[in-house]
Amino acid sequence: MYAYSEFDKSFLASRNAQFRAQVERRIAGHLSEDEFKPLRLMNGVYLQLHAYMLRVAIPYGTLNSAQMEMLARLAEKYDKGYGHFTTRQNIQYNWPELRDIPDMLDDLERVNMHAIQTSGNTIRNVTADHFAGAAADEIADTRPVAELIRQWSTDHPEFQFLPRKFKVAVTGSPNDRAVTRAHDIGLRMVERDGTAGFEVIIGGGLGRTPMLGKVIADFVPREDLLPYLEAIVSVYNLLGRRDNKYKARIKITVHENGLEKIRALVEERFGAIKARFSGIDQQILKSIEASFAPPAFKKSDTAIFEESRAKDPVFRSWADTNLHPHKAEGYSIVTVSLKAHGATPGDASGAQMRVLADIAKRFGHDELRISHEQNVILPHVHQSHLPDVHGILKRHGLASANIGLISDIIACPGMDYCALATARSIPIAQQIATRFDDLKLEHDIGALKIKISGCINACGHHHVAHIGILGLDRAGQESYQITLGGDHTETAAIGERAGPGFSSAQIIPAIERLIAAYLEMRLSEDETFIQSYRRLGMAPFKAALYPEKAQENAA
Amino acid sequence: MPRSTHQFTPKVITANALLEGDVVYLTERDCWTRDLREAALLTDEADAELRLLQAEAQTGVVVGAYLAEMAAGTHGPEPVHFRERFRRNGPSNYLHGKQERI
Repeated sequence: MYAYSEFDKSFLASRNAQFRAQVERRIAGHLSEDEFKPLRLMNGVYLQLHAYMLRVAIPYGTLNSAQMEMLARLAEKYDKGYGHFTTRQNIQYNWPELRDIPDMLDDLERVNMHAIQTSGNTIRNVTADHFAGAAADEIADTRPVAELIRQWSTDHPEFQFLPRKFKVAVTGSPNDRAVTRAHDIGLRMVERDGTAGFEVIIGGGLGRTPMLGKVIADFVPREDLLPYLEAIVSVYNLLGRRDNKYKARIKITVHENGLEKIRALVEERFGAIKARFSGIDQQILKSIEASFAPPAFKKSDTAIFEESRAKDPVFRSWADTNLHPHKAEGYSIVTVSLKAHGATPGDASGAQMRVLADIAKRFGHDELRISHEQNVILPHVHQSHLPDVHGILKRHGLASANIGLISDIIACPGMDYCALATARSIPIAQQIATRFDDLKLEHDIGALKIKISGCINACGHHHVAHIGILGLDRAGQESYQITLGGDHTETAAIGERAGPGFSSAQIIPAIERLIAAYLEMRLSEDETFIQSYRRLGMAPFKAALYPEKAQENAA
Repeated sequence: MPRSTHQFTPKVITANALLEGDVVYLTERDCWTRDLREAALLTDEADAELRLLQAEAQTGVVVGAYLAEMAAGTHGPEPVHFRERFRRNGPSNYLHGKQERI
């Protein structure tokens, strides 16, 4: 893993000292809120419904055990004992007091972490495939490139006042687990003539105007990547609209100007700046790559894994849903569900974080990942340790066998915390999970992605869900709109709105009707919800959602 | 300022405390309370606008003061909109926030 250089350390120390002084001046009354707000946002501090919120970046979702332990410590010392992992591979603390935040940032600094550029109109935390460096299907570990992008974008003098926020996601696998087509820039590692480079996608985004990104370059060699990214952001910085917040994202810039014009401008800018990079970025990348060298994978017997699988049905169920193929023989990638039925998606207590850190230390080559799906990953676990790992997880409420199933729901904090929300998300996720757990239908239903956002900004990725739920305020009541057929993978698609919204009392029965219709209509147990939807289209699902309407039409 | 012709509905002045970020309400005596039941329910538009200006000026104490619609209840002001109900109570997934103290 990357460890901070002396440069990083002194930069962060001085930045934290600056923010401490800014907080002191705000409390002493020397700074007004208007003056202070942009400063706190640059350091990840929001003011939410009930309290301040500190958003800490987990670059490309990678953590070691010491960092996870520090996150636990922050939860216990400055918050109410828990933290919330988000769809952008960040962690949010919901209850810090303003006075404590500089101390929290100092604590984070000790483990090479910060909250810089987790807010504001800057390049945000770079996200990546949460299985990077471990997945059997990847071309290469993309984290060194993601780290290079982090270093380039952090405090980049030209990009501190962009027209709007800017999000970059990277995947090294043809199976896109980083939702690259829903980002301002998505990077997909591809190979050409045996060398790895990147397909560059721009102008994707969710929010009020969901759009899938478009390929601006089908192959950019690795050594050209940074100047090419700089060219894109620099073109956007000049061309992006600053007159209207809702038209300021690069997706609108691309939409209004056309991909061809943007591509021509980017190529021109790239030509002008490429020489300035002089290869120094490639030297830096080399040293970063060394720090991401794969761990020393051991070779040993995996018989105990097979034995446990054969004799313990609870372990087998967990192993069948929560494990993913690893590139090293005898290893598995473990996804630890933060979606226990009825729990808040993405929340982990300080105690749970410590347990995860401890497992990573003892059984996981000291590595952890946070997925955009709000779960925790142990990327490198030898299969002989899986029964022990499962046993520990079980004792701490972390062994839910539901990855990729109906209760593995993405939910934004919604109006339980967020000042922007128009309705709650969390209770809807809790009710769906407990309802289908009660019905004991979860495993029968199979692979299904439900994603819930509490406002049109779509932090909960509802547009790319098989079943998306958007919470709105309709005449002073919480109302939930359903979209169907979205897809967050390499076959990305924006879901289609099914019809009028449902009240908070109607939404769970509506989801139940939808699932019942799917179970009824699927060709076999192997046909997933999204496959049925693609085969049959919206009509039969709409009829299930709105039975009165369907009856009227039939009459 | 031109006076609007619409019917003014009762409101309280609310904000977040500067240090804790906690939801606060303005009382009759122009100080801040954490308890909505102690908030002043303002029924006169001119009075409400003036008091809001005074509240906004208290930048060393509160952040983001605004007028929130309320109805008169038996135990003081009651939220009309669900957002204000959540602000009064705290989140619905844990007994955190104001409900910890009730």
